[in-house]
Amino acid sequence: MTTWIPWKIARKELKVISRKRSILVYTVGLPLLIAITFSLVVQNQTVSGISTSLTSIGAESIIYIFVVLATVLPSTIAAYSIVGEKVEKTLEPLLATPTTDGEILLGKGIASFIPPILSAWMGASIFMIASDYILRNAGLGYYYYPNWNAGVMLLFLAPLAGVLSIEVAVIASSRVSDVRGANQIAGLMFIPFVAVFFAGAEGIFAFSISNLLIFSAVVFVADIVLFFLSKSIFKREEILTKWK
Amino acid sequence: MIETENLTRKFGSLTAVDNLTLRVDKGEVFGLLGPNGAGKTTTVRMFCCLISKTSGRARIGDYEIGTEENALKIRKIIGLVPDNVGLYESLTAYENLDYYGTLYRRTDSQRKESNEYFLKLLGLWEKRDVLAGSFSKGMKQKLAIARALVHNPEIIFMDEPTANLDPEAAKTVREFILDLKNEKKTIFLNTHNLDEAQRICDRIGILNTSLIAVGTPEELERSVHGRRTVIQLRQVSEVILDSLKRLEVKNLVREGNKLTVDVVNPEEENPNMINAIVTAGGRIETVTVTSSSLEEAYLKLVKENLT
Repeated sequence: MTTWIPWKIARKELKVISRKRSILVYTVGLPLLIAITFSLVVQNQTVSGISTSLTSIGAESIIYIFVVLATVLPSTIAAYSIVGEKVEKTLEPLLATPTTDGEILLGKGIASFIPPILSAWMGASIFMIASDYILRNAGLGYYYYPNWNAGVMLLFLAPLAGVLSIEVAVIASSRVSDVRGANQIAGLMFIPFVAVFFAGAEGIFAFSISNLLIFSAVVFVADIVLFFLSKSIFKREEILTKWK
Repeated sequence: MIETENLTRKFGSLTAVDNLTLRVDKGEVFGLLGPNGAGKTTTVRMFCCLISKTSGRARIGDYEIGTEENALKIRKIIGLVPDNVGLYESLTAYENLDYYGTLYRRTDSQRKESNEYFLKLLGLWEKRDVLAGSFSKGMKQKLAIARALVHNPEIIFMDEPTANLDPEAAKTVREFILDLKNEKKTIFLNTHNLDEAQRICDRIGILNTSLIAVGTPEELERSVHGRRTVIQLRQVSEVILDSLKRLEVKNLVREGNKLTVDVVNPEEENPNMINAIVTAGGRIETVTVTSSSLEEAYLKLVKENLT
């Protein structure tokens, strides 16, 4: 039985990624580390009172860190998936198969998207469960998480940011000859999202539902624009003759 | 099976392939020889629809190159062995083949059958679960060839298939190509290796941006100076030389007691020369018919093309 080609490509990419320990550790380890670290922060601050913990830590800001992770992690995999193939000279035989440019791009996109987003959700879930447990024990009469803000951030903003990160990685891949270079350029996506984080911490930007929806809409528009740009770049002839 | 007419590819002001016109028939092994930068890889890439043509036309199987619709159809009937094997080194030999089988829309049972067939045929079955990255160069090359064949293509393009291989591995690959030839596969081979081209190819084209010459290895060899008869005598005398000149032989050259004569049909000309020498009192030690090597022909044709 034949199945959807982009999924076949994605499955192969996932298999390769699962055997690259550095990528695996980075993708799974970083969200886990952040989840554990901030859970401990919540616990420490809760000792002096519930209200202090919620206001000083900025509970929404912590969840937003997982959105920032969603901009960083996919670009690493996407850069490896595209530039890695270029470096290892595996692109030419792949491009000689009866797959379309769109199928290859989509397959690589799916493989770059799924592990980081699942990983970010996993990290956020661990943090939310741990925080709820700590806060309930400290006397808070209800579960703080999940809430609508966290929902919008994790279910809307994080996936859209992940897609944006992959598209930037595809564009970056056409301009560099090694994985690290592509990753560094794609990593620039980190800057606007981190800027929003600090704006939130400084009280310039409120992580309200309406603001988060507007921000998601802006990222969605950027996704659409960069989709067409990356699609125009990811062409067989361009890859073989013009990519560095 | 492959037919081109004035096929041209330019990269900016640089012409990589210029007005290439050739025809490769079904079941034929065609070798494309040429120096580095001659346009061999560009030609194969155009045939595989990896890069577009600038002008001219080419037909692969029943499909004209130039449209995306035909490109997909062409890629279904061809197999490519690129100059870099391009295997996924963190996948096993079996996984490499299986992945390509899925890209060619082969069913599970078809893939299972062809993976096993080619891995066994190339002596890699015992290593099927070993990562391709740990393979020797020869094993990788064999796996790359198997990968190009998993969908049973009608035409196989090979770009320097034995480059960088040790003699034993190169021999294995050459023998496999000859097996494919026996299966009536059409094979288009880019190579620097003149000996390999001579042994494997039915016809050879010499490319240096444009096609300089095309023919069987024997035709190309003869294109330089045809064939020569070399006669080693015990003693060469003026009487012997006069008797040969009376036969109006071509390009008679004397080097000590050795005479060299250009011949077109040695089977007819040699007995006459031998008879004339013996009649003139000469004693013949050896008679040898030689022709120029493919290497001589290649170097001469490329040099002429440059000047």
